[in-house]
Amino acid sequence: MKLTEISGNVNEWFSGDGPLADVVISSRVRLARNLAGHKFLAACSVAEKSDILKKLKDVLMGLQLGDDMFYIGVDKSPVLERRFLVERHLISQNHAFGKGPRGAVVARREFFTAMINEEDHLRLQVLKAGSQLPACIEQINRIDDMIEQQVEYAFSPTYGYLTACPTNLGTGIRVSVMLHLPALKMTAQIEKFLNAARALGLAVRGLFGEGTEAAGDFYQLSNQITLGVSEKDIVSRFEKAIIPEIVEYEHAARSQLLSQQANLLDDKISRAIALLKNAHLISSQEALFLLSHIRLGLNMRKHQGASTPAIDRLCSLGGNRGEAGATGQLSIATVNRLFLLTLPAHLQFNYGKELDSTHRDALRAQIIRSALNG
Amino acid sequence: MQCEVCQSREATIHLTEIADGARTEMHLCEQCAQGQGIGAKSYIPINELLSNLLAVGPKEELAGFGDTALACPHCGYTLEKFREKAVLGCPYDYEVFEKVLLPLVKKAHDGATAHCGKIPARIPNDSKRQMEIARLQRQLDDAVRNEDYELAAKLRDKLTGYK
Repeated sequence: MKLTEISGNVNEWFSGDGPLADVVISSRVRLARNLAGHKFLAACSVAEKSDILKKLKDVLMGLQLGDDMFYIGVDKSPVLERRFLVERHLISQNHAFGKGPRGAVVARREFFTAMINEEDHLRLQVLKAGSQLPACIEQINRIDDMIEQQVEYAFSPTYGYLTACPTNLGTGIRVSVMLHLPALKMTAQIEKFLNAARALGLAVRGLFGEGTEAAGDFYQLSNQITLGVSEKDIVSRFEKAIIPEIVEYEHAARSQLLSQQANLLDDKISRAIALLKNAHLISSQEALFLLSHIRLGLNMRKHQGASTPAIDRLCSLGGNRGEAGATGQLSIATVNRLFLLTLPAHLQFNYGKELDSTHRDALRAQIIRSALNG
Repeated sequence: MQCEVCQSREATIHLTEIADGARTEMHLCEQCAQGQGIGAKSYIPINELLSNLLAVGPKEELAGFGDTALACPHCGYTLEKFREKAVLGCPYDYEVFEKVLLPLVKKAHDGATAHCGKIPARIPNDSKRQMEIARLQRQLDDAVRNEDYELAAKLRDKLTGYK
């Protein structure tokens, strides 16, 4: 399977569907595992790493997950392709720009990825749209069990699954949700949210994980502690306490905008519409923020029945030109698709070659104008 | 919403505790939360934690934990290497460097030093039993410490069933 077969579409977990989708964009569970009888990667020779890569590649490619699986030799891929994979959240930045023999096995529908030889021998990942952590963990456990039938994991009765970094020890699990919080930002409450999250022991990161900024009002929230708690309890805490609380805060901020700051809201949305429909050069950063305001307006209509002059205007925009079953109305799926396809690597990958920043900004603006002026 | 403690300031800290399926909530303002020692815990980003714990202090501090030239017989790693790379060399390092790693693990995982989550299917039933017994014992100790004697009794009965 070639990457070009998926590069023109938005992935399943970014469809804009799923429970609480107006705030929770997607849910993700990741497991870190190492093979018994091998050193951790930092101490392995190139030959040893190749050995591990081959072993795990064979096991993963043989998994029956009800979907086509394909392998990407990350160490051998062109840089543009690696950046493309990072943008799609199929591999981490660390994996893309790491060292030594390493690869990734991806399910075509992109709900499952396995990174081989990232920081640990194996990092499994399941992604779903909206708030679906229980479904994610159920699926990843099944996959983990399937793999474990064929290999032996490094495990200690005291410390649990043994990982290269002690911070992942025990369950080796990272549970996270990607949140869209434009109203908290607009009502100047985002800092409070960030501090509250940190006080709860959660890590808050930007769109592409560790060390990135919150582009497009997206925030990734994840657990930090992996030892001394069960996987079930970590997920339960997210499901029952953390997610409902944050969704409530964002909804309250959105209501506040509607009732007390409708002008601010309308201004942001109107400017977004005007710029996206007319600009001839637009940077990735700017596009992400403007699309964020568009997404906010559409979600407020869909989930809260909101009606303001700008939101009404937004909802009468045609935006589904060229998509099957077009209703003539702009949808969240389209907005997300524009979001993804105008990211730098997607843009160049689909165009067929690398472009300098001015050309990228022009191409991005053109794609967006076509979609919105359709 | 008002703070439950002072009844005057706005509650901005909302604590929800899930334990064994039961959910309890508390709503506090920043000042009262600090006074109760809640929210005063600052979770340091993991990478910073590691570099702080490893980079801080002269070599003599490490010497307090034993031979700094100590190397893992399986992968050749030393503490110096760990400090440099922030990752370990092989699974045996957890045993070899236990003295240094244990406090680090404790700090990174809010005091926890024992696994209580998923167990691989391959682990022999004997070991699984041992792990379950250890886990129940820890829960029993916690229950007694928290004076939850009803829970403690239930756990004690479970333990008797295992032995």
